[in-house]
Amino acid sequence: MSMNGTLTAKDLATDQDIRWCPGCGDYSILKQMQTVLPELGIERENLVFISGIGCSSRFPYYMNSYGMHSIHGRAPSVASGLKAANPNLSVWVVTGDGDALSIGGNQLIHLLRRNFDINILLFNNEIYGLTKGQYSPTSQIGKYTKSSPLGSIDHPFNPSALALGADATFVARSMDRDPIHMREILRQAHQHKGTSFVEIYQNCNVFNDGAFEKFTDKKQKDSTTIKLEAGQPITFEGGQKGLRLNGLKPEVVELTEGQSLNDLWIHDPKDPTKAHLLSRMFGDESPRPFGVLYQEERFTYEDAMQNQLEKAKSTQGEPDLDKLIRGKNSWVVE
Amino acid sequence: MSQTEVLKKVTIHFAGDSGDGIQLAGSQFTLTTALQGNDLSTFPDFPAEIRAPIGTVAGVSGFQIHFGSVEIDTPGAEPDVLVAMNAAAFSKNFKNLRKGGTIIADESGFDKKNLRLAKMDESINPLDQINHNDYKVYRVDITGLNRTAVADLPLGNKEKDQSRNLFVLGLVYWLYNRNLEPTLNFLSEKFNAKPETLEANIRALKAGFHYGETIEASTRYTIEKAKLKPGEYRNIVGNEALGLGLVAAAQKSGLELFYAGYPITPASDILHFLARQKNFGVKTFQAEDEIAAVTAAIGAAFGGSLAITATSGPGMALKGEALGLAMMLELPMVIVNVQRGGPSTGLPTKTEQADLLQALYGRNGEAPIPVIAASSPSDCFFAAMEACKIAIERMTPVILLSDGYLANGAEPWKFPKAADLPQIKPLFADDEEYQPYARNENLTRKWAIPGMAGKEHRMGGLEKEDITGNVSYSPENHEKMVKIREEKVQKIANGYQPLELIQGEKTGKVLVVGWGSTLGSNKVAVRWAREEGLSVSQLHLRHLLPFDSNLGEILSQFETIIVPELNNGQLEKILKQEFKGNIHGLNKIQGLPFRAKEILEEIKKYA
Repeated sequence: MSMNGTLTAKDLATDQDIRWCPGCGDYSILKQMQTVLPELGIERENLVFISGIGCSSRFPYYMNSYGMHSIHGRAPSVASGLKAANPNLSVWVVTGDGDALSIGGNQLIHLLRRNFDINILLFNNEIYGLTKGQYSPTSQIGKYTKSSPLGSIDHPFNPSALALGADATFVARSMDRDPIHMREILRQAHQHKGTSFVEIYQNCNVFNDGAFEKFTDKKQKDSTTIKLEAGQPITFEGGQKGLRLNGLKPEVVELTEGQSLNDLWIHDPKDPTKAHLLSRMFGDESPRPFGVLYQEERFTYEDAMQNQLEKAKSTQGEPDLDKLIRGKNSWVVE
Repeated sequence: MSQTEVLKKVTIHFAGDSGDGIQLAGSQFTLTTALQGNDLSTFPDFPAEIRAPIGTVAGVSGFQIHFGSVEIDTPGAEPDVLVAMNAAAFSKNFKNLRKGGTIIADESGFDKKNLRLAKMDESINPLDQINHNDYKVYRVDITGLNRTAVADLPLGNKEKDQSRNLFVLGLVYWLYNRNLEPTLNFLSEKFNAKPETLEANIRALKAGFHYGETIEASTRYTIEKAKLKPGEYRNIVGNEALGLGLVAAAQKSGLELFYAGYPITPASDILHFLARQKNFGVKTFQAEDEIAAVTAAIGAAFGGSLAITATSGPGMALKGEALGLAMMLELPMVIVNVQRGGPSTGLPTKTEQADLLQALYGRNGEAPIPVIAASSPSDCFFAAMEACKIAIERMTPVILLSDGYLANGAEPWKFPKAADLPQIKPLFADDEEYQPYARNENLTRKWAIPGMAGKEHRMGGLEKEDITGNVSYSPENHEKMVKIREEKVQKIANGYQPLELIQGEKTGKVLVVGWGSTLGSNKVAVRWAREEGLSVSQLHLRHLLPFDSNLGEILSQFETIIVPELNNGQLEKILKQEFKGNIHGLNKIQGLPFRAKEILEEIKKYA
């Protein structure tokens, strides 16, 4: 800890050797997490990381907080039970595209609809890494892998659209190669009261190197990525291009050709219809939005649960175990 | 004028369509009978379908109650009275009726259509065929009389007919001198918001009761109070007792109760019961599937709650991987399996004891989890408390086995006072330097929960290093940890009360060894055998893993061990593996409990 008793990034590192492959995008995510956490004012004892199975799911072992490396796909349920048990904790789920979208698909969507105040970090590398290179539910069609020698024929999930479909209250996207952006998104995810779904594009340099290169490569990224900011017009390519809505159809416009910023689509993360449109900007033909696509305020599960407990106390009275055991009808044998 | 005859015990079987309200009539008769001071045992038996095809044998719902002024341990074998609301109910159950018994039949349920649906000869009313020297027959136009009784109420015929079960209940109340008050109170509460329905039900009950008085030359019966031990009693069904035991364990341990479940027959009533106990701080979580339920419980256990999940066989299969994790983490939680007929979907509403081997071995790797079993509806309370106590004080998941027969069966219960229940002491981490997998003399580790400063640690399903809990792939460490976890579970037996015989001498020809819900039928069979002078004793096991340490010693004192089980010989298999002796299984795999007679016949082969 630093001199004034607050956490530093160093305090959050454990003494365990990190076993990710050299060059893995996971290192960057871990570093941003350890960097941003001290700013969030969470006591270390109230911080919990829950993961499932996969490369990303080793994350809790490297965070000097409470943590659980659980079983494949079930981190959302473990986290839900934990948050229900103790709503004061700051609970983070660390998962991957296989863990969250394949084996744990059911657990993920139900956490999203229930809206516990939990942050989900989905490291998406579009591949199964820990099992050494099979296609995942986010791999592109035609992807050649060990289990798809003729190319994958599985239509991939669109994670943001899936999260919106499950009525998530916070849907964001970031990437391992953009530390500043990631820290900002992590901060916002923490601040959001409800389930925050953060998809992080993460490069697997061993089994799927360069999967997101067009969004990270210096030469291409200006034209392929959009950084969303609430209340701001949506622009990209260094402000030379922007998005305009023609009805419900997004159109790219050249700002150099006399288009005014005032005509552009102003990003409103509270608008579910526009969030849906952003989530569908998923193909090669459109730039990919990064940032908070959607955010809404909705009651959290743990608050509603707590309210019912308090209401029950006021209507049913203080707990009386003898009365409960006796029930409504008892009799005495002399 | 009717005459009154005093009986020691009676078995009544109510049967009708699954929409006829048979279960309600049966449970009301049970409550009333309990309040009148009789000992009793019940057996509800209903189809898996909510409304199985009307009028068919497959759609028959039954409720059997055995009650008396003497000790009652089973729901009875051959009923003395059969209440048949239609031909299908008659066709399914008449063969079981004791010769000399009584039939109460709704005449309108025996028309051509009903006979056809019951796959009986349409041209012959079976009620005409009964020899009146062998059976007493009350042919009552229940539907017609009931409609007359409620004729002026502003209800449709369908709604009017829905109170027929109360009419027949009223008639049976009259025959057996039951008090109407408990059911009138129940109805007033249940139909509080529907005055017409309430009125219809009250009238039906009273009309049935008064109809009894008009039956020619009839006999009424009384059953004196049973000589039960002095104290305060209530009627209890197994699933409610189990829920009560969980709440009591939470109170006695000072932990919050967190219950996660996915609806499944016959376990759902535990969820329903606990969802109503929110003033006790009980948090219930209806999960999206069985796996989410058990893993949410693991999360809550990590968070410091008394975490519970309950299910039945198919759900248990889905929870297997997570149980391995819970065992590996060494977190306290209880997994309840209210067993039903298997395999696969099996017989959802029928009882069976065929998940014992699953509980003991149904996980990958060396994954010992303590297993205990409840033996009667009221024992579900104590078994639940003990499961929680072991889980919390020994830091382990515990599997608690109940079954469909216990879950829905009822009996009078001399319930305990909260102050007399055992305390449960969680082992929270109090060390300066917390090591998650350091252990005490029982090999129990200490519980540090998120929120405790300075005890932050990571845990998971990967093999962990002894003491520190860090991930370890060391071959020697893995073997050591497997042995430690096994020994830790074995050491739980050092906290058991000594195992004692239920009845009989400590040495002899035959020992009947049961577990779970066979307690009552074994008790009656052994009692009968002993009344005949046979050398037979009874032992009943609550602890299936680890066994009581003196079990081998007890078994060794008998020439023959008979193990009656509602499965194909699961405990038998384990006993043969662990102990010497002439061990014989007696197996019934029909989705039904044993009849004491079946066990008695087996005893006679060896005693």
